[in-house]
Amino acid sequence: MPDIITDSWSYIVVVTLMMIGLFIVISRTNLIKKLVGLSIFQTSVFLFYISLGKVTGGTAPILTGDPATLYSNPLPHVLILTAIVVGVATTALGLALILRINEAYESIEEDEIIVAKAAEGVPQTQSRKNGDGS
Amino acid sequence: MTGAGFELIKGTATILNNLPALLVVIPLLLAPLSALSGKSAFGWALGLFGTGASFVLALMLQSVTEVGMRLTYHMGNWPPPWGIEFVVDSATSFTLVVMSALAFLTTLAARRILPAEIAVKDCGKFYAAWLLVCGGLYGLVMTADAFNLFVFLEISALSSVILISMGAGTDRRALVASYNYLVIGAVGATFYVIGVGFVYAITGTLNMVDLATRLPTAGNDMALYVGFGFMVAGMMVKAAIFPVHIWLPAAYSYAPSVASSLLAAIATKAALYVLARIAFTIFGGSADLVSMAFNGIILPLAIAGIFVGTIMAIYEHDIKKLLAHSSVAQIGYIALGFALLTPASVSASFIHIANHALIKGGLFMAVGSFVLALGRRADLEQVVGLGRRMPITATAFLICGLSLAGLPLTAGFVSKLYLVRAILESGSYAILGLVLASSALSVVYLWKIFEVMWMRPAPAKAPILVETPAVYIPILIVAIANIWFGVDADWVVSGARLAAAALVGGGT
Repeated sequence: MPDIITDSWSYIVVVTLMMIGLFIVISRTNLIKKLVGLSIFQTSVFLFYISLGKVTGGTAPILTGDPATLYSNPLPHVLILTAIVVGVATTALGLALILRINEAYESIEEDEIIVAKAAEGVPQTQSRKNGDGS
Repeated sequence: MTGAGFELIKGTATILNNLPALLVVIPLLLAPLSALSGKSAFGWALGLFGTGASFVLALMLQSVTEVGMRLTYHMGNWPPPWGIEFVVDSATSFTLVVMSALAFLTTLAARRILPAEIAVKDCGKFYAAWLLVCGGLYGLVMTADAFNLFVFLEISALSSVILISMGAGTDRRALVASYNYLVIGAVGATFYVIGVGFVYAITGTLNMVDLATRLPTAGNDMALYVGFGFMVAGMMVKAAIFPVHIWLPAAYSYAPSVASSLLAAIATKAALYVLARIAFTIFGGSADLVSMAFNGIILPLAIAGIFVGTIMAIYEHDIKKLLAHSSVAQIGYIALGFALLTPASVSASFIHIANHALIKGGLFMAVGSFVLALGRRADLEQVVGLGRRMPITATAFLICGLSLAGLPLTAGFVSKLYLVRAILESGSYAILGLVLASSALSVVYLWKIFEVMWMRPAPAKAPILVETPAVYIPILIVAIANIWFGVDADWVVSGARLAAAALVGGGT
């Protein structure tokens, strides 16, 4: 295999996952699938950071007293710990919203919700003319 | 000068040292109390205390930075560039004062307006999310750590999603609006994180000042460009700059009115401030790159946003949605000022950050009180003759509206004046023409509201509407502030000048 592929293998995986995730977010109409895509997208960024911090041949960053030991950079890994928490919160909030959307519209398909919203606009203007509140 | 001030502050262990941390800690600590108590009045009191205390702290910070000091706070006593650092200079404190003042005033107004739109048992949780938004945004503005910025960004974004979704009590479309904001916002924030990853990869640091010194010598231009591009693109989503503003109109129009008021006044402003920070502080050493991106890309987008927002507002019937579209246009003006990259235009942007917060905060609060009185969404047919049925609130709405249009003796005029002056200085007459044309167009949608509100008589059987002082006093304060800062713009202009000097003048 050419060097560029073996050298930057993890980054190729990152970019592939990133594009898959972003494509799902943009193209799917199912709200849960959108959220899955978002999670894949975010996970690809986690992998990106983790690959950044990895030093070839480096061990876990625990002090051994031996100055010759090669450590991986722990900072990007710690950052990603934070980002994972943020990602979990985002997914949880998104799923909670989907539950409520499902209660309100009885659907989690975006196109069906758009139809329901469009239908909602018409009776509202009628009810306004009849003078009763929504 | 800044160095001496810094030493002075460091030497005296006054409360000043801890102000930046307190500004974030107070709202964040009060939020769970409010969520746990669940009582509307208690939650409101906590919200009022939290935002009021932040306002006082922000004013104290402003009084210190006004004389050229630059306050820093090291989280956990870890010195930068290893630890997370909060930096408050005159640009930060100016933005903080504007944000906290508007947060305090909208909290005042929320007392009566909020229960009309959401269930009373949810009010405690609403104020918890409210405080989290405020605390998150203050942290977003103050932090000098590029990754910590992402954390505050998400704290404020997730809680604003909660605020928006609470509009579901009156309109279920709020749920979809908040879901879309969540997804689009999360993609934007992740873009920002990708950008940070690139600049971290070539510099090995996350501290903004440290980044600024290391980036020009990092020697990997491609990674620098990509990192800058991702960071700016992510922040553009949060600031709702055209064409990634699509989440904003729905989110602002279906959120509870006070939430729209808070978010319109402070949330996008904080993101715009961060955009300026990225351009002028982090990438301050790569002037070519910044001027290419801002003059070549953000400038046309800002102008397109001004026109798209204004034209959408002209065709809109629902007043809240109309104001949301107009927000897109006003964000365009602020972005335009930043994109011109001159000290005069950046200070014009800061002036408009302050004035637009006053204008939109006031307008959304007034719409909230219309909704409260009418008991339904305020669209053009509902507000017929409202000028006589709710004279005090409608007058405040009129004042804020005229200020939005930029009538002399209002705050909006000062914004337009300084923006036009800055454009003239940079000599781009085409932009000047476009800005003036869009200003004229904005009168069209405002006139549409004023006409039905003031010129037409109320329907014969219209119920009598009551105005309570608890609702109209905060709105009146904002309206009077609109006139005050239109007549005596000294405070805003000098604050904005200092802010621009701190960013563009190489202060940091």
